Amino acid sequence: MASQNYVSDSESEYSEYWIDWFLGNKGNEYFCDVDVEYITDRFNLTGLNQYVDRVGTLVDIISDRQQVNEDQPEEVKRTLEDNAKFLYALIHARFIITIRGLNKMLEKYRNGDFGFCPRVYCKLTPLLPIGLSDTPRVESVKLYCPNCEDIYNPKSTRHAAIDGAFFGTSFPAMFLQTFPELVPVHSTDIFTPKIFGFQIHDYAKITRWRSLQKEKLIKDLQSKNIEFDENTPGGLAKPVPEYEGLSKSSSKRNRASKSRN
Amino acid sequence: METYTSDEPDTWISQFCTQFGHDYFVEVAPEFIEDDFNLTGLGSIVPYYRQALDLILDMEPETTVDSNDLPLVEHAAELLYGLIHARYILTKQGLHAMAEKYEDTCFGSCPRYYCDNMNFIPIGRFDSPGVETVRLYCPNCNDIYLPNSSRYLNIDGAFFGTSFAGLFMKMFPEINRQVQARTKEQFRLKIFGFKIHETAPCGPRVQWLRATPRNQNQLLELKNCEFSIPEIKDNEDDEGEINGNGNDEDDDEIIKDTERESDGEDDDGDEDEELDDGIVVEDGNGDNVSEMMSIV
Repeated sequence: MASQNYVSDSESEYSEYWIDWFLGNKGNEYFCDVDVEYITDRFNLTGLNQYVDRVGTLVDIISDRQQVNEDQPEEVKRTLEDNAKFLYALIHARFIITIRGLNKMLEKYRNGDFGFCPRVYCKLTPLLPIGLSDTPRVESVKLYCPNCEDIYNPKSTRHAAIDGAFFGTSFPAMFLQTFPELVPVHSTDIFTPKIFGFQIHDYAKITRWRSLQKEKLIKDLQSKNIEFDENTPGGLAKPVPEYEGLSKSSSKRNRASKSRN
Repeated sequence: METYTSDEPDTWISQFCTQFGHDYFVEVAPEFIEDDFNLTGLGSIVPYYRQALDLILDMEPETTVDSNDLPLVEHAAELLYGLIHARYILTKQGLHAMAEKYEDTCFGSCPRYYCDNMNFIPIGRFDSPGVETVRLYCPNCNDIYLPNSSRYLNIDGAFFGTSFAGLFMKMFPEINRQVQARTKEQFRLKIFGFKIHETAPCGPRVQWLRATPRNQNQLLELKNCEFSIPEIKDNEDDEGEINGNGNDEDDDEIIKDTERESDGEDDDGDEDEELDDGIVVEDGNGDNVSEMMSIV
């Protein structure tokens, strides 16, 4: 329906949906396409009028029912366009925690559209976008790694400028609840800096303390009969020996460091 | 050293260091390379050792190099320079040269949100060449990361070595001060503001990775970790007791519920709970903890 309308009053050289145009813009790679039916359903827009004016017009622009009137002054047109983008992004935050949205984001997750965790031990776990606040204009988007359960700044400045509220605080949790099989097996390696093969005491100490916390967690999980081995999603992987597959001299060092521990 | 190289901008070393993607390297002082003692053992690792060394030092080769071997010598020179570099940056001069680069954020900064752009230190996980490319160490989260640009992915980790980061931090206590000034806050995944229970597959499983001791109990625990990981005793804390008796799941739940209710008054409550609700604990004796942390 929307497409027919669009084609009939299209003025540009090649017809393109507003949403496709928006998604094609550089820097908008994190967004997925929101179903037009979802946008046009007024119930889904409840409360968004506190952030933008003329929601109705903006929805019409997003869903290609109405073009931005060319006769208007440049400034008005630009505000309208910016508001449309803003509204789309806010709707996006709501859409991606619906089942359809989650499935669309799943595809993007599988493609690695959000990048991969830079942490060495996470072995390039795909990231998920997350906001630290559900209110717009508070904090830019961050990326959540399901392996180390931590958040990272996006690699490119283009993405660092995106508002976190366009993805929301609940998205990664909702995503992993919906697709529990995607929860990675957590790496249990802890890095400890060394000087000439010897661990630095302060760092080794905190590493030991962290290992102790890990042991406590394992004990707790065991007592509750919860599976957490390396074959279960969300389980804990076995620590990888640091000098695995190295020459003799190195493996000797490995043994030495093990006995120290 | 700086002035030496800027006088002669066309030395092999300065050329190498200004190449695209080689911005992690500092220029090794020629005096350091000329001292044979500093090169002990490299001859057996690097092929075309003599020719490579001559190339690095811009000396006329004693024996003319076969033109077929030239690319090999060139490659060997890069390897040799990298290995010398790893040794050089452990010297006082080298550490200071690297400190300058560190200050300029030449190695990038930690992408972890709570690390607040802490500067990276380059590190190799292995000291033998050809095993792994360079990684970046963040002194704040004590973890290693991949360089964010692929141009650094052909730099061998052995060119920086395993010891550099540790020595660098020992050399410049300023780094530790920067770390102390940063938040010890941890991220916790939430859904509509609610935490996810530990028993869920997507629940918190690696919170220990970024944990820091937040209360007296945990600091005591840290003290016990001085030389080895202590055994978890069942009667050490309430949590242990639950674990000991809690074969029956329902039983477990009841104990947990009552515990949660009395969480307010009971100071030495569930150990893990305290870890999770760190903010609550911090409100109580935050000053004390930070004081003790600085001692630690």
